[in-house]
Amino acid sequence: MMSHWIIAPVVLPAIMGALIVLLMRHDLLLQRIFSLAATLALIAIATALLIAASNEGPEMYRLGNWPAPFGIVLMLDRLSAMMVMLTAVLAVAVQLYAIGTGWDARGRHFHALFQFQLMGICGAFLTGDAFNLFVFFEVLLIASYGLMIHGGGKNRLRAGVQYIAFNLVGSSLFLFALATVYSVTGTLNIADLAVKVPLLPEGDAGLFRVAAVMLMLVFAIKGALVPLQFWLPGTYANAPGVVAALFAVMTKIGAYAMIRFGVMVLPPDSPAMGSLIADLLLPSAIATLIIGAIGVLGASTLSRLAAFAAIASMGTLFLAISAFTPAATAAGLYYMVHSTFAGAALFLITDLVISRRAHDRLDHALPPIAQSGLISALFMLSAIATAGMPPLSGFIGKLLVMDALRAQAALIWPVILGTSLLMILGMARAGSTLFWKAHASAPTEAPTHRPEGLAFVAVFGLLGALIVWTVMAGPITTWLEATAVALHDPSAYIAANALPPLPQEVK
Amino acid sequence: MELLVASALGLLTSAGIYLMLRQRTFPVIVGLTLLSYAVNVFIFAAGRLVTNMPPIIDKYAAGYTDPLPQALVLTAIVISFGMTAVIVIMALGAFLEAGHDKIDMTDKDESANPAEGTK
Repeated sequence: MMSHWIIAPVVLPAIMGALIVLLMRHDLLLQRIFSLAATLALIAIATALLIAASNEGPEMYRLGNWPAPFGIVLMLDRLSAMMVMLTAVLAVAVQLYAIGTGWDARGRHFHALFQFQLMGICGAFLTGDAFNLFVFFEVLLIASYGLMIHGGGKNRLRAGVQYIAFNLVGSSLFLFALATVYSVTGTLNIADLAVKVPLLPEGDAGLFRVAAVMLMLVFAIKGALVPLQFWLPGTYANAPGVVAALFAVMTKIGAYAMIRFGVMVLPPDSPAMGSLIADLLLPSAIATLIIGAIGVLGASTLSRLAAFAAIASMGTLFLAISAFTPAATAAGLYYMVHSTFAGAALFLITDLVISRRAHDRLDHALPPIAQSGLISALFMLSAIATAGMPPLSGFIGKLLVMDALRAQAALIWPVILGTSLLMILGMARAGSTLFWKAHASAPTEAPTHRPEGLAFVAVFGLLGALIVWTVMAGPITTWLEATAVALHDPSAYIAANALPPLPQEVK
Repeated sequence: MELLVASALGLLTSAGIYLMLRQRTFPVIVGLTLLSYAVNVFIFAAGRLVTNMPPIIDKYAAGYTDPLPQALVLTAIVISFGMTAVIVIMALGAFLEAGHDKIDMTDKDESANPAEGTK
């Protein structure tokens, strides 16, 4: 039993963020040490939670010790433990990069905002209550607003205003959806919803479907699903590279919530929902994938290329989710972790290039950058991972997704394969402009740049995580399949909530 | 009363959406604020509308109103207030840096290197 440790991934960053603001705001070195130590501790906690969740099944933590569904609960299960672990590993890499390149010194309160961001993300993954999910969404968003404009500048601020406005609309929509859900079912506890939704009377089903679609719209905004993806390219391309890398996990929160609600509360076999969600999700996932791939091919700058690659990866992920079968969900989870690391690595490499080059436009070549050989090799690796070519995990992930979607192969396979080709072309074009054609233009003098060892450690770490994810694919997929099966049959999750028995029907 | 609340909600939402679609930051922010007011009233109404009923246990109460939406609406008000404050400051910052408060970012703006900062 993990008992109080379940809340540690929320409390630890919260306390550390506050301490950094209050006690260490003038000392960057102290901030770096404590912030990094907290994130490393988060990895340790996440490991313990992951082991507990895979051995003992779902576990509940009562905030305020009120029983569910009246009190708010945190729920630890295999999926939430995995997502917390993913966040912690990504956070360490991003933090090392920020320290190595000095990004954290270009504005104030980077580490404090970073910790609050982690608090929001971990909380969103762990909560077992829909309204609490909204609250943690807001916590992570308000921290992300601060991080997004870190370093300042005209374009960053203007893109920041758009980003906030888009998310404020999303938050309002979330509240409309939650209020409608509450007015129909009388509960906001996720497990309680999973119990009560199938029992809804015929007349309430229509209202509930409206609420469910609004809820899915909110998660689609977070997950950058077409046609709600407009915020992503501008935000990611204008945010500092290191922040964009951390944001790689933010879109996955939309996907996580979509899995949590779509599979557990609104499954296609539920009489109130039918196949409504799947019918909406499939075409928009295909459109997301196609638009992302075309964006990669046509991107004018390297940072926009990375942003569109993130959109394309969300398309593949939502394709897997839209099937609502355990095999497809497991494939989606494998691809989700892969695309988080691959996307983050691509954003960090983009930042390495930008800091060494006058600009990151892809329409004409510039003389070679400092450490050109090493960075181009790293770009090559991350491009292979992002486009889904063998031997890295992107290939295995796409293979798993295609295998799980065999039933609709005629529609889905050409899309996945065709977009992979487009992405390979886009990546090859970018790589040859940035690194290859560079040698054709005469260098004036040998470029120099600070060595930034820690930054390369971070990028190598992310790519190393991808290699581990590839090599260990066998055991990992077995574990993920068990996770997906548990999601599709949430009886253990519901039992862990210890809900009161349903009142007998009085006629 | 239902009609009054429902039409107020509809009016607030439609005015909010209309303003949100404007091209300057100020009307957009006012629109977002109107939308958040609408959402607060909507959450409140989600617990069903009753008059003169207490939300907490009372010996003499003839019935109760649902207390949970009231708690939810408090949370929502605090959060939307904070978020509005953030976007106001951010819009002010963007206005001072860019010299105008247009929401759209043209291609020319975006293609400039963000690392270069201002002007």
